[in-house]
This record gives sequence, C-alpha cells and structure tokens, in this order.
Amino acid sequence: MGKTILKVKDLRTKYVTRYKESVYAVDGVSLELEEGKSLGIAGESGCGKSTLALSLMGYYFTPLHYISGTIEIDGKIVTDMKPDDVRKNILGTEIAYIPQAAMNALNPTQKIINFIEDVVRAHYPKKSKKDIYDLACERFESLNLSREILGKYPVELSGGMKQRTVIAISTILSPKVLIADEPTSALDVSSQKVVIKMLKNLMEREIVKSMIFITHELPLLYNVTDDIMVMYAGQIVEKGTAEEVVFDPLHPYSKALMNSMIVPEAGMKDVKLTPIPGVPPSLKNPPPGCRFAERCKHASSTCKTEKIPEVYTEDGRMYRCLLTRDQLKGGKE
Amino acid sequence: MTTSNDVILSGRGVTRVFGYGKKKVVAVNKVDFDFKKGEIVSIVGESGSGKSTLAKMILGLLNLTEGQIYYKGAPRDISTHKKRKEYWKSIQAIFQDPYSSYNIFTKVDSILLDCIKMKWGKDLAKEKKIELMSQACSFVNLEYDELANKYPFELSGGQMQRLMIARIFLLKPEVLIADEPTSMIDACSRSTILDMLLKLRDEINMTIVFITHDIGLAYYVSDSIYVMKDGVFVEKGNADDIILNPKADYTRRLINDVPKIYEKWDLSSA
Amino acid sequence: MHLIREIFKSQNFVIGFVIFTIIFLSTIILPFFLKGDPLEIVGGLFYKPGTYINVSDTIEAKKYELKIDTLSNKISSLITQKDQDLMREWLVKYCNTVSEEEVKVAQHPMELVELWLKHYDPNIKMEGTTIAYRKSLSRLHQKIEKIFSDEGYVIAEKNSETGELAIVQELANNSYVHMSEIPNKRTFILGTDNFGRDVFTELISAIWNSIKIGFVAGSVATLIGLVVGLLAGYVGGMVDDILTFITNLLTVIPSFIILILISVSLGGKGNDIMTTALVIGITAWPWTARSVRAQTLSLKNRDHVNLSKLSGHSLVRIIIRDILPYVASYVTMAYILQVASAILAEAQLSMLGLGPRTTEIATLGLMLRWAIQFQAPLSGAWWAFIPVILSIALITFSLNLMNTGLDQVFNPQLRQN
Repeated sequence: MGKTILKVKDLRTKYVTRYKESVYAVDGVSLELEEGKSLGIAGESGCGKSTLALSLMGYYFTPLHYISGTIEIDGKIVTDMKPDDVRKNILGTEIAYIPQAAMNALNPTQKIINFIEDVVRAHYPKKSKKDIYDLACERFESLNLSREILGKYPVELSGGMKQRTVIAISTILSPKVLIADEPTSALDVSSQKVVIKMLKNLMEREIVKSMIFITHELPLLYNVTDDIMVMYAGQIVEKGTAEEVVFDPLHPYSKALMNSMIVPEAGMKDVKLTPIPGVPPSLKNPPPGCRFAERCKHASSTCKTEKIPEVYTEDGRMYRCLLTRDQLKGGKE
Repeated sequence: MTTSNDVILSGRGVTRVFGYGKKKVVAVNKVDFDFKKGEIVSIVGESGSGKSTLAKMILGLLNLTEGQIYYKGAPRDISTHKKRKEYWKSIQAIFQDPYSSYNIFTKVDSILLDCIKMKWGKDLAKEKKIELMSQACSFVNLEYDELANKYPFELSGGQMQRLMIARIFLLKPEVLIADEPTSMIDACSRSTILDMLLKLRDEINMTIVFITHDIGLAYYVSDSIYVMKDGVFVEKGNADDIILNPKADYTRRLINDVPKIYEKWDLSSA
Repeated sequence: MHLIREIFKSQNFVIGFVIFTIIFLSTIILPFFLKGDPLEIVGGLFYKPGTYINVSDTIEAKKYELKIDTLSNKISSLITQKDQDLMREWLVKYCNTVSEEEVKVAQHPMELVELWLKHYDPNIKMEGTTIAYRKSLSRLHQKIEKIFSDEGYVIAEKNSETGELAIVQELANNSYVHMSEIPNKRTFILGTDNFGRDVFTELISAIWNSIKIGFVAGSVATLIGLVVGLLAGYVGGMVDDILTFITNLLTVIPSFIILILISVSLGGKGNDIMTTALVIGITAWPWTARSVRAQTLSLKNRDHVNLSKLSGHSLVRIIIRDILPYVASYVTMAYILQVASAILAEAQLSMLGLGPRTTEIATLGLMLRWAIQFQAPLSGAWWAFIPVILSIALITFSLNLMNTGLDQVFNPQLRQN
C-alpha cells in the first residue's frame, strides 16, 4: 500500500445553465488514489465523468460551480485554497488535466516551443528560454518524441502526434497526478496504441506518480488501469480492481456495461449483448433514491425512494445498491 | 440467417478522384465488391481510408469518376431524378450522427411521412398513414403518439437513431448502407440498435452494409468483411477467416491495435 | 415562438428597435401635425431657426403695457463689443474728466454707457484722429441717446392718392403684443435651407423617403442575393460558374457608374425615387450572394440534406426546406445591414448629384448636397446639415444595434456574460 496521493471526499459540483437552472453533474463522489497506481473511470456520455475530471483540478469557473466536499492532493487541501493560489501552485505542478481532443488546444499560430514557454513561465516566470528549450528536448526525447516537433506549427503534425505533444506539454512540470479525459477517442486505432504506450511510459518513468483515465471504452480501461470506478448519473456505483470489475461486476449497471463490450476475439460471435431500455435521469432534479432504479430489473419501490449508501465488501470493493452481493449474483441476466 | 446466392449489388473498378493536377486525391481506387442478398457485410477502415466516399457512391449521392456499379446484375442507371427515386426505393441509408440527420425545423413525423409518400404516393388515407407509422414506431419500441408532434431536439440520441430504423422499416429497401450507426450511441443502447437491424434483415432478407472503423463490431455482426486502406481493399472474405486468420499485414495490425479482454494487448509494436 | 422572446430579451436589439421605431413613427405621425408641403419655398437663404412674426400684424394687434425695464436689454443687445471698446478707448485716451480706474471699474455695458453719457464731449480736441473716427464716435453717441430717449415711434399710413402721411398709431417703448393674437407667425424649428424651405418639415419627409428607399433597395438586394447564393451554392457546376462570374462582375463595377449610365439614358434630369432604390438594390446584392453561397456550400453536405435526397425530394424542395431555414438567421441580419447601407448609399449618390430629382422629392442625401453646395458649414447655418447628419447616423446606428442584438441571439458565443 503506497501513500495516498489524491483523496476526494464527497465532492459535489454543479453547472448553472443560461436559464439559471442547476445541473448536479457530480453529486457526492469520493475516491482515493495511491502513488504509483492508475484509476480508470468508466461511464457513458452524460454521466458526469468529464465534469468530475474538471472538478478534481480544484479550479472552478462559470458555468461550473463548486458546492461542497474536499480534495486533497499530496497533503494539500485544494478546496480550501484561493483560486489564484490554486492556479499558481496546484495546476500543472501538482495535478494536470488533458481534455478530450486536447490537440485542439494548440494555438495554430504559435510554434510548439512557444506554447511550452508560456506554460512554464506561468509557473516559473524567471526561467530562461534556453532552460525551457533544454527541458522540453529532454522530456520529449524520453517520451519518444523527436525534438524537431518543438520548432513546428500544430498544422504540420498529425492527430496522434498532436495528442502526444499536448500530453507531453501538460506533464512538463512533472505533476503528481495526471487526469486524462478520453485521450484517444478522437484518434484511430494505431495512434491510440502509441498514445497509451506514452501514458504508461509516463508512469513507469515516474514523471507522473498516478493517473486517472476516463473513457467509455471498457476494453481500453482493462488494459491500461489498475483499478476501475464505474460512474452513473453523477455518482460512483462501483469500485474495484480492473479484473474484478470487468469479470465480476456487482452493480446491475456495471453488469450491463460489461455486457455491451464488443471485441474482435474468438468467442465474440457467441456472446448475446443485452440491451438496457431507458435513459439516465436528468441531473437537474436527481431522483431521491437509486438513479438506476428505472432501468434495473431488481428494482423495488424502496430503491426508488431511499438514499442508497456505498457498500464496502470484505475484499475491498465498493458498490452502491440496497441488495446484497448474493442477491445481485442470483436472478437471471 | 437466410442467404441466397444472388448478388444484389456489385461494383467493378469503382474509382473516385477529387481535385485535379497536383492536388489530386484518389479517395477510392478501382475497387471491386459483391454483396449478396440478405448478407451482412462490413467495410472496415480507419479515417481517410475512403469508406465513406465509397458508401456515398453506392448510395448514388456521389458520382463515380470511373468504373461501374451493378444492381441486380444490370449496370445501374441513375441519370435522371426519376430513375434516382426508383433506385432509392431499394437502397437506403442510416447515418452516424442522429442529431444532424434531421431537419431541425420540421417535426419528427415528417421523416416517416416522406417515406410513406415515396413508397405509396400522396393519395393514401390519413388513417392508413397513421397506422403504418404506428407500426413502424412499435417495431423500434417507440410510441408514435408520444413522438408525433415533437421536434428533433426534444428527443434523445438513441430515440432518434431508432426513428431512423423505423424509417427503414417503412421503406423495406433491399439494401441498407449503415454509416457508423452506433459510434455516437451509448454502449448500453448499442445492442438495441444492432438487434433491430438484424431483426429487419431476418424479416425481409435485407442486405446490410456496415461502414465502420470498429473491427470488433464488424466481427460481431457481419458475415463478410472488406478491409479498406487508402482507397483499396487489402483483404476481403468471410468474417471468421479474416479476424481469426488475417492474411494481410494491415489487417493483422488493425486487429492487434485494438485492446482486448481475453488476449493480452501487445503494446510493444507501437 | 420562443425565438422571438429571446430576441426581445437582447438589450442591443431592443434599444435599436426602439430608436428606429420612434424615428419611423414620427415620420408617419408628424406630417399630420405639420402643415405645408416640404418642398414649398417659404423663406429665404438659410434663415435661422426660431419664430418669425409678421411685423404689420404686430402693429395692428392689441397693445399691452408692461412695466419692465427695456433699457438694459436694449443696451445689452444693441451695444456691441466694438462699441464698448470704442467707448473705453475714447474715455481713457482723450477724455480728461475721467480717470482710468473709473473706466476699468465700469465693467457692465450699462455702467460704461452711463459713464459715457456723463463725460462725452464732442468738442474735446482729439489730435491725430481721422474724420471717420470722429464721425463714428458721434454716431455712437446718437445711437446711445436714441436708446435713452423715451420717445417711441409713430405709425403713419400713406394715402395712396395724395402720398400724405397720416399718423395712425403711436408706439411707446413699453408696449407689448401677445403672441397668440398675431395671426401670421411661423416657427422654423430648424430654420430654412438654401432654397428657403422649412428644414424641419423637409427633414421629416426626407427621412421617410430615405427609409423607403432603404427598405426597397434592401429587399431587392437581399432577395436577389438569396436566390443567386442558394442556386450557385447548391446546384454547383456550370450554374455556379456563371452566377459567380456575374457576382464578381457587379462587385467590381461601382454602383455610380451604372447610375450615370441610367441617368444619361433618362435624359439627365435626375431619377425618381424608385429608380434610385432599384439601382442601389441591383448593385448591392453581390455581398449577400457571396455569403449565402458559402453557407449553402457547407450545408449541402449535411446528413439531413442527404436524407432528403434519399427520400426523393426535388431540388427546389430541398433548397427551400433543408437549406433556406438554416441560412434564415443570417439572411435576416444581412437584410438589416442592407437597409442601413442602402440609406447611406442614397446619401452618397444624392451628394454626387445622381440621386432623385430635388424638385420632386426630399431625401437626406439631397439635403446634404444642397447644404454643401451653398456652403452652409461656412456660413454657420448648422441647421441645414447637422440635423440631416444626425438623422442618418441615428437611423444606421439603430439598425446596426438591432443587428448586433440579433447576432447575439443567433450566435451564443457572442453573448457577454
């Protein structure tokens, strides 16, 4: 058991829309991330995983608002700090975020090295151009990126290359935690492989200590992360190691998700994918009880009205349901 | 799964070139294909492989630069608007993004009404039209009465994609070109869409051509697979043969690059 | 629809709309209250704004005696600065009965005049002065004495046969008349222009005509631009090539060359209002066509258009149902801008003398033209051109503001938080 590098307790954040309605996108999320480990967050579009990623950074700007909860990064309590403090001392240096289609973040009129200078100078204003250039070269080469990229404009690079460049730039100050939000969904399969390899490389070389990987593609999570968290309608419904969650899901939603995986392997043709009717609930007015109750075959009337607690098993797993493990295992799928 | 050996749609030397001179781009380069009646075919390729261009040509939305497409054995003739309309009674499509497939200014039942008009003409009685539309909606687990007066932005992505399938149910074409129909759908709803398409195929022996980049999906759902790269087919054949015994290097790489569950994902070649 | 509510929530749009509506409504409502033809010549060259009262009427009207001091008002307005300087100079230089300090202390014209009356002596020797100077002093003295004399005037009528003058009335200095008892008076809110027309009445008429031209020209331009853009963009091929060629051709030729050609062919007497509007419209459509074409090009590859094709819809139906509504928001904004620029274009054309005939109609451009030709700015007749400029500015400003408001509604990225 390594030391806990990221500790989140009961985080709640919301969006306020143009019509002044609140959407409770992250509604009570707690997690602990150890040094040297990677955590995957699985969920479909609209479950709040991207919002969670943004919220973990500790830096909020409209329309995203912080409601309650604590975030602790390597001992520092980010939620107690002032925004300016967070910007200077936490973002980029302690925790870094790679958004989906991050390659669009590159300014088309600037060379890559200029972009890097901006990033570094935002935290270390005194660093000289030469120092920054040396640091960039060294880091790029250690991640299998040629130093010629530094002198190029974004339009001269391919999609996969751009994505890897942005990842390299986000981690140039060696943050402790890296949050990657769907880093490969805008890429084709071969570029995806290279990017994943790079992320694993970052961890092996301890450039980043821990990683949170967000995606809706489950086979990817299984191959990349140590633990998996399943998110549904703003809440975490299951936690466990990758093996456990993929091969032995407990929560009915996790089961449905695992059952919808399609892989080009022998035996896939015999698998019968089971559809789940309905849609996730609106997060403007989240239902009081279980959010999956409308679509769950085990659901009872209590499920819909009572607040569902997180249940911890003896072997360190978590799921959010009123039923016991055995009750969930039984019953036809 | 019933397949007859009749080839319903085929192409010989189909080519499409964009631009001219130095900026010439050969999107599709002299490809040959044969689709049998009732067969499920997937054209698999990465972005830029030319698969969408080929799909548009098969649909008749884009002209061929060279080559010929044959429908039911005879060369296809879509030179006039009337002939095109006839052709489109037998060949239809569903697109990737359900949100952009609808005209946002018209109500959703106009999609279905247009199909009815195309197939049965203008003079059908109103009750019959409603009966047909309700039938189509219930096939895809939608309630016609709930949807009838709504606008596209009031529905969810899954509902809109299913409505597209309802449209196909009404038209009952011989061939359906499905361009990445599930890539924008949630994992849980994906199998619903696929199941519906397969059910349609079973009922009316419709040929389905899936255009996709997801080789896993191609394997799961198709009888035969065409692997496309840079405008050419690098491999084609029976789905099992291609996935379990890929012969072309590209196919092998494509399969290896996809993360798997039971086999280890080999990252060393990246 | 909820869209219209959104539009009216936009601050910019509402302000622009209100300003424009006020102007527009005043051009419709005010003519009912204003008598007179805007083109009627009622006065002379550049008469100042104000009320003009018929002098004979004042003589005939009932007189009222008011016990108000008329003297200081008369002194303040009749004794000019030049006169004051003259008096000061004489008192200091040539008069020996008064000291310099006393002159300095007498700041107020009244005090100065009193000092003068006390000490003026035409017999004092003034060495080295011209006759003209001495005469001006005596004239000034006479003027001052006249002001101070209590005598009024007598009104005499001339007998048409004998030529004799018979005194009819005596006018005292403190007799006043009441404005409402004067039958003949005319208020020029903005004075008269170079022809002697009432600027205010003319302005209202001109604004109305210019707005009319603006809307007609704007409609023509937007309609042609829309049709050309849609066809060129959607049909493509040869049709696109031809239409783009025509568009480019018209962009290059300035509208006034076409106008010169037209006015020459009409005989050089100037155009009428509709011809001007049409010509402005026919030369303004290219930029609308160009942007509609660009949008159509990007729209024609959308999925919903492909689906329409697959449903067997005809070309015309696809353009009207699947493309047009998507460019509608842009076209509305383009229309407003076309109206604004047409109003400006008319002003420019009229200033060059290529606009409508002055003798028939008043437009903003024509008013400006005559004001400049008769050098209104130089002669200080601000009323002849400043209100016109302000009107043009206000109209185009309000239209542009409405446009900005609409832009913010249709394009959420432009909204300020």
